Amino acid sequence: MAKVLMKGNEALGEAAIRAGCRYFFGYPITPQSELPHYLAWRLPEVGGVFLQAESEIAAINMVYGAAGSGARAMTSSSSPGVSLKMEGISYIAGAELPCVIVNMQRGGPGLGGIQPGQSDYFQAVKGGGHGDYKLLVLAPASVQEMVDTMAKAFELADKYRNPVMILGDGILGQMMEPVELPEMKDVETLPVKPWATTGAKERTPNIINSLFLDPEELEAHNLKLQAKYEQMIQEETMAESYQTDDAEIVVVGYGSSARVAKAAVDQARAEGIKAGLFRPITLFPFPKKEIEQACRQAKNVLTVEMSLGQLVEDVRYNLEFRVPVHFYGRVGGMVPTTRAVLTEIKRLTQGGEKA
Amino acid sequence: MITVFERPQSLTPAKTHYCPGCTHGIIHRLVAEVIDELGVREETIGVAPVGCSVLAYNYFNMDMHEAAHGRAPAVATGIKRVHPDKVVFTYQGDGDLAAIGTAEIIHAAARGEKITTIFVNNAIYGMTGGQMAPTTLIGQEATTAPSGRNAETQGYPIRMSEILATLDGAAYITRVSVHNPQEVAKAKKAIKTAFEMQLAGKGFSLVEVLSTCPTNWSLTPLKALKWLQENMIPYYPLGVKKALEEVKV
Repeated sequence: MAKVLMKGNEALGEAAIRAGCRYFFGYPITPQSELPHYLAWRLPEVGGVFLQAESEIAAINMVYGAAGSGARAMTSSSSPGVSLKMEGISYIAGAELPCVIVNMQRGGPGLGGIQPGQSDYFQAVKGGGHGDYKLLVLAPASVQEMVDTMAKAFELADKYRNPVMILGDGILGQMMEPVELPEMKDVETLPVKPWATTGAKERTPNIINSLFLDPEELEAHNLKLQAKYEQMIQEETMAESYQTDDAEIVVVGYGSSARVAKAAVDQARAEGIKAGLFRPITLFPFPKKEIEQACRQAKNVLTVEMSLGQLVEDVRYNLEFRVPVHFYGRVGGMVPTTRAVLTEIKRLTQGGEKA
Repeated sequence: MITVFERPQSLTPAKTHYCPGCTHGIIHRLVAEVIDELGVREETIGVAPVGCSVLAYNYFNMDMHEAAHGRAPAVATGIKRVHPDKVVFTYQGDGDLAAIGTAEIIHAAARGEKITTIFVNNAIYGMTGGQMAPTTLIGQEATTAPSGRNAETQGYPIRMSEILATLDGAAYITRVSVHNPQEVAKAKKAIKTAFEMQLAGKGFSLVEVLSTCPTNWSLTPLKALKWLQENMIPYYPLGVKKALEEVKV
């Protein structure tokens, strides 16, 4: 299929439809609005439902209902809106329902700003809502990868009966790149969901629920969830390693930051510095084996983030503190520059001033 | 042998956790009888709330979805949009519907979601220990209003049915009570009309049922029924607040 030029947010919308999603519930917020704008006209074309909810909370609870009754459903938002969704996300994880949540991150905390950010890493990866639950968190770094990630997100959601978050940022949502779209999935071929609430016709009733008043039952339920997360850790990690075979310094970043880091790595290589890039594509599960492999020659590791040091904690933890892990980040909608990252690479490999 | 009374198919044999004298049991039964009579048990998906009826999914013998506090109308919206041919209802209390879930119920009604809401108003938070509800009457004692609700500091009780009746998306809004057998019969008729409105695709329907809470009102079951009649009905007048012309009851 020929490539088409699409904006990230719109490409995500089209990819969702092609992945068999027919139900979108959302609330307006910058910088993800092009996604609902696109789906508002596109979903009815394919017999789907686009519903602008009264709040982020209502939107995620509509997803909760739709997912519970067997549909591929999604919502999208940006940082402050995703905070509001956390209650529903915890319920969806607790009730073990598949769905996809997009977060086109902007700067925080509070109302923050409307320019790109990556400061929701902890919220996405460590929980955010209440209780011991995990989201599968996918972090694409290009419009093409966002398209590919959407199909993968729905597959993983169904495989694990677990909510999946696509953690993007304002840059990825807003930028245009050529993409090759996948074929339209036939919704008749989607996985069968015998547990869904579809009306108890000639079967015992199905109950979608996250309440377990008996402590033993609730503990057992939690242990079952943990076993599922452990399986994700074993089977679902994804990452890109670039020029890491002989790298003495490995720069680590995800999403837009990784693109900046990659350019800095190229420039460093041009100057004879053995630099490489490690880009986690799954943030949970974190690609531990992959990062260990990528950093096996490294004397230094540098994370580049649009936050003030969140990813860096997981990098240190997963490398088991065996290599010095440094941090460089910009926030508030400020984006790290290639020059600044290159300066940090040089400082760490050759000494000198901090960027 | 002629069977004159039996458990509706739409109720499970589970023993409920409701307190003695609580009218939730009556209201559950009415909903179940209506679903049986309409022959839609296998086509119905119920949404349970947070509050005393949080375990309703154990009592209704049909597909059920347990929602977060106040969010039942949003969950029901998601279900109904996926299954427009199914019957979807929410069963909610007054804390759930008129406090933490006010936005969800107002907008579900405004959108004209083709769902039915059974709104049980007992003027108190039961499950969490008798706290003041948005529907608690002026002067009524609650654990968080130990001297009685004071309008000056705690404001006024909300008449949700009257508010919802102003919305164009609402097809049928009525308030009933279950304090005596005559009213129970009327309540059942109203619940049936509400489900019929949904089946006819007319829009959003809601039946507010005035209910007792002997435990948290600190009254015997009989005195509670009398208290409902004498105190709640004057503030929450019974009757149809809105009905599309063709189904006026």
